[in-house]
Amino acid sequence: MIPNDKADAATETLRGGTRRRRVRSGGGRGVPLPLLLPALLGLAFLIVPLIALLVRTPWHNLPEQLTSAEVWQALKLSLFCATLATAVSMVIGVPLAWLLARVEFPGRGLIRALVTLPLVLPPVVGGVALLMAFGRNGIIGQWLDSWFGITLPFTTTGVVIAEAFVAMPFLVISVEGTLRAADPRYEEAAMTLGASKFTAFRRVTLPLIAPGIAAGAVLAWARALGEFGATITFAGNFPGRTQTMPLAVYLALQSDPEAAIALSLVLLAVSIAVLAGLRDRWMTAG
Amino acid sequence: MTETYDLRTGTESEADGLDAHLVVDRGAFRLDVALTVAPGEVVALLGPNGAGKTTALRALAGLVPLADGHLRLDGAELDRTPPESRPVGVVFQDYLLFPHLSALDNVAFGPRCHGATKAEARTQAAAWLDRMGLSAHGSAKPRKLSGGQAQRVALARALATNPRLLLLDEPLAALDARTRLEIRAQLRRHLADFEAVAVLVTHDPLDAMVLADRLVVVEHGQVVQEGTPAHTARHPRTDYIAQLVGLNLYRGDADGHTVRLDEGPAITTTEDLTGPVFVAFPPSSVTLFRQRPTGASARNLWRCEVAGLETHGDQIRADLTGELPLAADLTTAAAAELGLHPGAEVWATVKAIQTHAYAA
Amino acid sequence: MTRTARRSRRTLQVTGAGAAALLALSACSSGDASSNKSDPSASDKISGEVTVFAAASLKESFTTLGKQFEKEHPGTKVTFSFGGSDSLAASITGGAPADVFASASPKTMKIVTDAGDASGTPATFVRNELEIATLPGNPDKIGSLKDLTGSGLKVVLCDKEVPCGAAAQKALAASKLKLTPVSYEQDVKAALTKVELKEADAAVVYKTDVHAAGDKVEGVEFPESADAINDYPMALLKDAQNTEAAKAFMALVQSAEGQKVLTEAGFRKP
Repeated sequence: MIPNDKADAATETLRGGTRRRRVRSGGGRGVPLPLLLPALLGLAFLIVPLIALLVRTPWHNLPEQLTSAEVWQALKLSLFCATLATAVSMVIGVPLAWLLARVEFPGRGLIRALVTLPLVLPPVVGGVALLMAFGRNGIIGQWLDSWFGITLPFTTTGVVIAEAFVAMPFLVISVEGTLRAADPRYEEAAMTLGASKFTAFRRVTLPLIAPGIAAGAVLAWARALGEFGATITFAGNFPGRTQTMPLAVYLALQSDPEAAIALSLVLLAVSIAVLAGLRDRWMTAG
Repeated sequence: MTETYDLRTGTESEADGLDAHLVVDRGAFRLDVALTVAPGEVVALLGPNGAGKTTALRALAGLVPLADGHLRLDGAELDRTPPESRPVGVVFQDYLLFPHLSALDNVAFGPRCHGATKAEARTQAAAWLDRMGLSAHGSAKPRKLSGGQAQRVALARALATNPRLLLLDEPLAALDARTRLEIRAQLRRHLADFEAVAVLVTHDPLDAMVLADRLVVVEHGQVVQEGTPAHTARHPRTDYIAQLVGLNLYRGDADGHTVRLDEGPAITTTEDLTGPVFVAFPPSSVTLFRQRPTGASARNLWRCEVAGLETHGDQIRADLTGELPLAADLTTAAAAELGLHPGAEVWATVKAIQTHAYAA
Repeated sequence: MTRTARRSRRTLQVTGAGAAALLALSACSSGDASSNKSDPSASDKISGEVTVFAAASLKESFTTLGKQFEKEHPGTKVTFSFGGSDSLAASITGGAPADVFASASPKTMKIVTDAGDASGTPATFVRNELEIATLPGNPDKIGSLKDLTGSGLKVVLCDKEVPCGAAAQKALAASKLKLTPVSYEQDVKAALTKVELKEADAAVVYKTDVHAAGDKVEGVEFPESADAINDYPMALLKDAQNTEAAKAFMALVQSAEGQKVLTEAGFRKP
């Protein structure tokens, strides 16, 4: 066997260049069938609906569907709100993840479960909960209204809040996981060099977990971009102010499924473009 | 202890240096170690894995809290001082260089945290790297550095804050044998230049002997022996040290030139002692015979059985059981001549002149 | 579309109480399954399960009628699926197994008839009209549609793509009013919820919804609602599994008794 391999290697070397390809395809052949079949089924399950969407797209009148001002308005609002919601999630979510990963306190398990609650909560219920908290009559919202005259429902800020509420758990979970995997002794090393806990976090931990933050932010952004239930419940639906793409898609579906498909396609294309772009920039650099 | 080996007996004022009594509770494990180190002195905490050496180091750095005891450095109480405010520099076992910063910025990190401007910190860092012979590698990221280079960057980083206490955790453990030799010599030079207190933790006796002025042997969270490397090597007080320095060690009661061992026969020594003592002799001083040697004096002659054989450099080490369990070194040729094999019966003898007895 | 609905309504009015018979005939089935509920011989023949897809606004009254139907015809079971008329229509055209479709708008019914999934001509069985839902006690003193255009009021409408929104736009257009709401809600319940939670000061919704909300909102009638009356058509479906029982249920809805339950919920007779 060993002499054979050696001979193979020698001839491969002589032929030049083909060896790497051989090795790769050899790896593919080694995938066991009980894994390969479900894997392909899973892939098909995820891809087929998207292909169906493409197949049924009314390509002939796509241009006119896409050039309408309403589409661009909804798309711009979607991108703006999703990005802002991601930023908000990062500013308050990363410290929260740090707290959960690095500080021992009673009830930490419970707090972690609470943080992930928006993941399982139906988004519409999340929207109602947000109304109870930040609505004009909400437990916090009523004070915002009477002290500052701020009401959040039916505003773009409301959209950002609803999206952040639903998207932040993705970021927190991702960052917390990265923090747990990261060696806390780097923070200790920074402290022995005179860095306060916060400086150590800012100058050492944060750069170390940057890939995790980026991954979490991408997840959160994607979740925020597709957010529907909490947004329409908390922020309502008004073109240019609170009508994001998913809302526009849903309402278009009521009367004009073709338009809805066209809108979905735009959302799909934009998300793929952004995610692919970020992947190249962030993921591979880390 | 019968001999004094306190190097602090000098002109140093009582307040200078490190005066610590470290008590740390870790569940079932309790560390209780007293440590006094003068400025300019290098002390090695030597001990087996799990003895509590690293815990002691972390307690000195403020990374684990003291359950009891005290910690004074140059007269200042540090017990309650957070790690970032202690004048302490640490070289961690795997260096923990910040992977996202260049070598230069790693070294500049400390000065930066101590209030230097970015430019000042970088100038200082560049000077330190220069002293370590690493000026060419300032812009390299840690993963581009060799083990030896990384070790020197870590040392530069720890020294760049001008600490009054330098802590080194297994500073050479991560290096391969060849680099280790070179870096050990360099580290020795740098430690010699260092004017404040240096404490290093190691489980390697050679590192400890070469680098330290004094050894503190820690086992099970307690100090079991303390002294200069030479003294410790000659006078092991535990099996662990005896094994490290390669001596057969026994404990017994001396009455004149005879030491009656706690378990086993008596050993005749040249020292004239009374009371509890240790007796030590090197494996190379043992002579083996297949038959009871005739004409030899009956003193220090034991009937044993070969339990195991292993190659030890160009020697064979024989592990013997029987009247007196011991290790004996002999040449490969001698071993072949004797036809040694596990289970073989042998007679072992040691000359009294080659034993060394000292008070326990 | 409206014309179709109107025509069928007129037909209904002509035949009056015999609507059930007409439906049965137009369904080209065995025909004599007249579901006069007082006829014991009819109830004997009817059994099994009836699946009814009905607009969300019909939930309370249809649930009542379903129980009544099961009591009158032992051995039957009425299963409801309540939802937005458009999504129900989409399910039916997509092949969902249903016997009866009761829609909140002729437009959504047309989706089903256009797809050829209805059996016979849909008949309007009730009408719903708009009302303004205000906060309890009407603190903003809203008395007309015009009052909603006043600044400082947070008004929600249904999106124009859903029936209640289309109706509201029609009423506003008829009275030449321009109203900018804070939100176009995705359905009538969502619009009403915003008032119930006091996030909005008023919503233009159906009378039946105001009725169902009890004292959490206060209804204000307005004359322009007459311009935007919504017809509710009902049809037997082509793929019905239990035609006899389905017809009997439809007859109950259109009987005097059924209409009483519906008018009590705020609907108007066709």
